[in-house]
This record gives sequence, structure tokens and C-alpha cells, in this order.
Amino acid sequence: MSRTLRLLRTMPPSALVGATVIVLYVLVAVFAPVIAPYPEREVVGAQYLEWSSEFPLGTDSLGRDMLSRLIYGARNTIAIAFLATTLAFVLGAVLGLLAAVLRGWVDQVLSRIVDVVMAIPGLIFILLLLSVFGTSITTLVLIIAILDSTRVFRLTRAVAFGIVALDYVEAARVRGEGILWVMRREILPNAMPPLVAEYGMRFCFVFLTIAALSFLGLGIQPPAADWGSMVRENATLITFGDITPLLPAAAIAALTVAVNFVVDWMLHLSSGLKE
Amino acid sequence: MGDTRDDKPLLEIRGLKVEGRTGEEWRPIIKGVDLTLRRGEVLGLIGESGAGKSTLGLAAMGFRRDGCRFAGGTVHFDGIELTHASHQVRRGLRSSRIAYVAQSAAASFNPAYRLMTQHTEFPVLRGVMSRAEAEADAVELYRRMQLPNPEEIGFRYPHQVSGGQLQRAMTAMAMGCRPELIIFDEPTTALDVTTQLEVLSAIRDAVQSFGTAAIYVTHDLAVVAQMADRIMVLLKGETVEEAPTRDMLAAPREDYTKSLWAVRSFRAPEKTGAGAPLVEVRQVSAAYGTTPVLRNITVPFREGRTTAVVGESGSGKSTLARAIMGLLPPVSGHVRLSGKELPRRYQDRSREELRQTQVIYQMADTALNPRQKIGEIIGRPIEFYLGADRRTRDAKVRGLLEDIELDPAEYIDRYPSELSGGQKQRIGIARALAAEPRFIICDEVTSALDQLVAEGILKLLTRLQAERNLTYMFITHDIATVRAIADDVVVMRNGEVVAAGTKEQVLSPPFHPYTELLLDSVPEMDPDWLTRRRPPATGPAG
Repeated sequence: MSRTLRLLRTMPPSALVGATVIVLYVLVAVFAPVIAPYPEREVVGAQYLEWSSEFPLGTDSLGRDMLSRLIYGARNTIAIAFLATTLAFVLGAVLGLLAAVLRGWVDQVLSRIVDVVMAIPGLIFILLLLSVFGTSITTLVLIIAILDSTRVFRLTRAVAFGIVALDYVEAARVRGEGILWVMRREILPNAMPPLVAEYGMRFCFVFLTIAALSFLGLGIQPPAADWGSMVRENATLITFGDITPLLPAAAIAALTVAVNFVVDWMLHLSSGLKE
Repeated sequence: MGDTRDDKPLLEIRGLKVEGRTGEEWRPIIKGVDLTLRRGEVLGLIGESGAGKSTLGLAAMGFRRDGCRFAGGTVHFDGIELTHASHQVRRGLRSSRIAYVAQSAAASFNPAYRLMTQHTEFPVLRGVMSRAEAEADAVELYRRMQLPNPEEIGFRYPHQVSGGQLQRAMTAMAMGCRPELIIFDEPTTALDVTTQLEVLSAIRDAVQSFGTAAIYVTHDLAVVAQMADRIMVLLKGETVEEAPTRDMLAAPREDYTKSLWAVRSFRAPEKTGAGAPLVEVRQVSAAYGTTPVLRNITVPFREGRTTAVVGESGSGKSTLARAIMGLLPPVSGHVRLSGKELPRRYQDRSREELRQTQVIYQMADTALNPRQKIGEIIGRPIEFYLGADRRTRDAKVRGLLEDIELDPAEYIDRYPSELSGGQKQRIGIARALAAEPRFIICDEVTSALDQLVAEGILKLLTRLQAERNLTYMFITHDIATVRAIADDVVVMRNGEVVAAGTKEQVLSPPFHPYTELLLDSVPEMDPDWLTRRRPPATGPAG
């Protein structure tokens, strides 16, 4: 506990700002029903109302409250991004460790598959898969997780290759330890710093991918609120000099910047710890 | 250069203090050291790691490592104050008047350029010579450093020449601008004894013939005895003693200096009677891919005795250990443990067979998982082989820590990074012991340690052997260590055994020619040894 406190005290201002923004977003996402003045999907007023005391950010193309949808949007977008990123990391890290420890044909097969997947432009591949399997939250999460795991695989494999060559890993193997123990106890803890930093980066990219997909109409489906589709639905307002549709975009941008601030700090920490 | 100005010291350091930062704190590294160096004089700086000798060597150039600061005192080089000098002034001096030779030449050369290109960069940049002159001069210096094919070697890339040649090329490069002062930072520590001998004599001849002043940083007393006119002993950032080489060798004044001198005198007690072989290597040949690295090796490791395996790097001694462990399955031949043939690959060996053979590694830094606590590191073999529960495990770990002379209460919850080099090596020993093995492979276990610390490790290993009837395979390139600890000796070269027998048989005449070369190349604590061993090359200064 004291270690965590000490770590917080040494945080540079940028990381502190980033962390505060992230905590705020999470709080908003968790307590959305409490904070939001109106329900997520209910039409509560006329279309495209201006900002007023009744509707702080006006209403959207169907007459739903913008502020409430913005708040609920945090919930949907962040939760899905979090799920997809975590899944991508579990998958990529496990396979990457296996490839590094077993080498030989396991490494060859896994690496070549990853090469093939990475050779296809990401967004187009996702669009293709989504039109084949249909758009549901589950397929969305799975597809993004699998495609993103290729990058995690490459990182984990590269980091683990360096660690596998060290004497303490050899000592564990010659002791007769099983492969899972070697992966979990000897290699993974030492590969964590770059993986943690990468997690933050991946989270941003997944987040942006989901927003992009929603904007294209293939992401989170209406009437659920999410920031990407909110930009698209209300884009016409920009023509009239109303900045409301830019707010969900700003929310995406702010979170991306915040996560990157924290990740930068973590990268600095993990490189500093090596000395 | 400047032989007539002998009256004034070339380098004068007064009350120098250097501090290094750990976290928020500044901790002293050098605590007020005085040093005077006249022109043409060679000063040996000696001490254990962490004594501040490299820091002091760098400070003589007005340089400090990142995270360090000058906290007081002055450094005057030929009247120029360096601790507060501007970057331009220091850069102007460096390489043209002060040069630096680092421990690892391989890491100091740029792998992308030929040796000649790197050599001529500074003389040309400083306007000392034209490119053509500099190239001609480089060849002359290469010849003086006794490099093979001096006309041609400069056109090779760093990876195309051997480590010893690279170290000499680096010294030649440092000489390029005929500096008045050269700092040598452990230039031969990473080299084999026979190579070290060539490099030492080349450096000494060059320094003498150009009349260059030098600071020679090393932890090896015998080396400093050959190189230096004067020796300064450092301990924890302070000067312990300073005297002309011969005086200090003959009569060290301080206790610490005496203890350094006494280290090489450790001898393990003689063992009576030759035990039956516990591990037998029979006609083993092994290869990396298609390159043979072991040829028809037959070695018995007798129970309760220490068999030293000696040879230069590349002789196959570590490969033999890998073949015994099953990490590099032999192409032919086999390994027996207590008369029973072991499977070639470690994956095919039973847990019981694996348990009986344990390894202690050279680099304790990479041999211990930095993310595990000492208790876990030592406890795991106990759990794994003996199936002990948590309480028995912890009790055994405590017992082992006491055995390796570390306080269990203090160390059991520490991480390896919180230990010193010698302590880490002790943890490596405890981990091997935890499996309750019969045969332990010690792979250069003392070569990364200071002499005092290494001696402690050797004593510990000797005691444990007597208590537990252990059989050691002791891989080393250091003859002094062999003399100290071995009962039997195996000399290897190019993947073959060239001599084997008891210590008396192998290390006393008549020698095998290669054994004789190895023995002859080990520097002795006699300032005239190098001169006797190899008369200096004669010839006019280039």
C-alpha cells in the first residue's frame, strides 16, 4: 500500500491529469444511471433542441437527451473496449509465451498465421468479418480481440525470447519444471512492464476502432448510445454552427490522450526500473 | 612530448568528491581523494567493485556518469581546471590530449565502420594530421601494438578481429593524437590469460616509448604490478594507501592492502584417497549444428572431490557441462551417474536423476529470477523435488541461508536486486544445495567477483563439500582458482582434453605444452614478471 502511495507521489503532472481523467470516465460509466438526467433510449423532447436548462446539451435527431446519451455512451464504449483489449492480451500473451518457450514448429505455425492476419488491412478485415458473422456485441468483441491479439503475440514473443535465454529460465527447465510453470512464474513476471505499457496503447486503438466502426454503422447498434454513432447521427448539426456533435468526439479524444499520458509514464517507469 | 616540463604535475586532483543519485538522495562515491600524476608516469588504481576507481578514472578527464555530480574538490589537467570547465573545453581535450580505453572494446567500437575509419576520425578532426598521414600513422601504431598484418587489419570491421586484437586496436586508436594522458579502465579483464599477456605487453611498450602518462584501473593486483610505477588502493571512495609499486608489493602498510595481498594464498585441504567415479563422461562428442565442439571426451568425476576443468574461452568447457546436464545432447558417447547411463536429453531424465545434478552459474545476476524473493528461489527446488509443505520448506530455506552465512530473518523476503554480487552467488549455491544433489557443476562461479568475495565463495564451497560429500565439476579459466580448490584437473583446448590427472600430476613438470603456456601466462605478483616473460619490443617512437 505504501508502495502505491509512493508511486502516486512521484507521478509527473501529465500522468496525474491522465489518471484523473480515466478515473472520472470510469466513475461516469459505472454510475451512469445515477448521474444521467434522462434514460438512455427514451425520446424526451423535440428533435435537435438547443442547449437549455431542461436539456443541458440539447436533444439529438430523435429528441433524446444528448447529455444522458453521452454519459451512457461512456458505459458501452469503454466496457466493450476493455473486454476486447483484455481478451486480446490473454490470447496474444499465452500464444506468444508458448511460441517463445516451445520454439520449433509451434513458433513457426503461430508466427506465420499471425503474419497472414497482419498482412490484411485491419479495418477492412473487420468490416468483412462483421458482414459475414453479423453485428452483435459478442462478434464485435471477439473479432477485435482476435485481430488485435496478433500484435500482442508479436510483442510477447519478442520479449519472451530474450528472457528464455537467461540462466534462471534454464535452471527451471533443467530442474524439470513443466512448461506452464516456466511460462507463468519465470517468464511472465519479467515480461510484464512492456506488456502493461502496450495494454494502454492497445486500449486506445481498440477504442478508436469501435468508434470508427460505429461511425460507419457497423459497431454498437442503435438504440444503444455510443460516441462513434452519436457523431454520425448528429453530424448535420455542424452545418448549422452547433458544436454538440463534436462533444462525443471530444470525449473520445480526451480519453485517448489521458490513457497515453499514463502509458508514457508507465513506459518510463518500466525502463527506469531496469537500471 | 613535453619531456622538459617534468617539474609540474600533469594531473592534479585535490579533495575530489563525487556523488551519485539513488532516488532522491545523493550518496558519496568518491569522498575526497587526492591524486598527482607526473608526465610519463603510470598510476595503478586498484580496489574492489564499488570502490570508485572507474569514477575516479573518468573524473580525471573531467567527466562524470549520468546521475553523478562533482560535490567538491578540483581536477587540474596541465593547469586547466576540469570539474567546472565548459563542455567545449573538455571536448577539446578529450582524445587529443586525454584518451580513454574502455573495458569492452567490442562495445566501444562502432560496428558499422572499419577500424581505420574510426582510428583516423579524431586526428583528422583535431587537425593533428591529414587523412593520409593519419592512416600511415595508424599502421605504424598497429605494428607497435604487435597486431598481425598491420597494413591490412585497419580495413576490417570490428567483428572481424578477435577480442584481444580489438583491445589493442582500441589502445592504438587512443594513441592516435599522441595524448599526454590515457585512462585504461580494466582493458584486459574480459580477456583470456594468454591474450591478456599479449595486450599487456603491447600497452606497456607503447606507453613507455611515447612517454605517455596513464591511469590504469584494475582489480587484478598481479596486472597492476606489471603496469604501474605507483599504486593507489581505493576502498569505498577513499584512498587507503599509495606507494611506488615495488614498495607496496614488498611491504604493504595498511591492513586492507595486506588482506588484498593475502587472498591468493587460500588452499583447500588435500583429500586423501581417490573415490570411485560418481559421474563418468565416456567418449562424448557433441556439435552445435554441424560444427563439432566436443571431440571424444572421457572424464571421470570422482566422488567427494573437485575436478577443475580449465581452458580458454571456446575450449568447450562450458559445452561439456551442457552435455552432462542434457541441454546439448551428445552426438555419440554417454554420461553415467553412479554407474547408470543417463538419457541424452534432460527432458527424458527422471526427476530423481535431475535432482542429483545441479548447477551454479557464472552470472548470479541472470541466474536468479529478479521477480522472485530469495525464499521462493531457494524454496522451489525443495517443494519440487522433496514435495515439502510450506512450513517444512521455510524451515529448510532458513537452514540453508544459515549454511551460506546469510541471516535468514534479513534475507528471506528480499529480492535479488537487493543483494551484492557475492550474496547473489551465495543464493545460487543455496538453490543448488536445496535439491540435495550429489554432483554440482560450478560454471565460472567466481570469475565475476572481486578477489576477497571470491575467496569467501571458495571457502564456502570447500566447507559444504566436506560436510555433504559433494562432487564438484569446477569450470574456470583462472589457474589461481584451480590451485586453490582442485583435487583433479582437466585441461581442455578446442573441444579436446589435452591433459588430465590429479592436481600434482597436471600442474607440476613435466607439463603438456599447452598447460605450460596457460601456467606461464598468468601474471605473477612480481613487477619484473612481464619483462622477464616477454622482452619489450625495441624501435624508435613513431
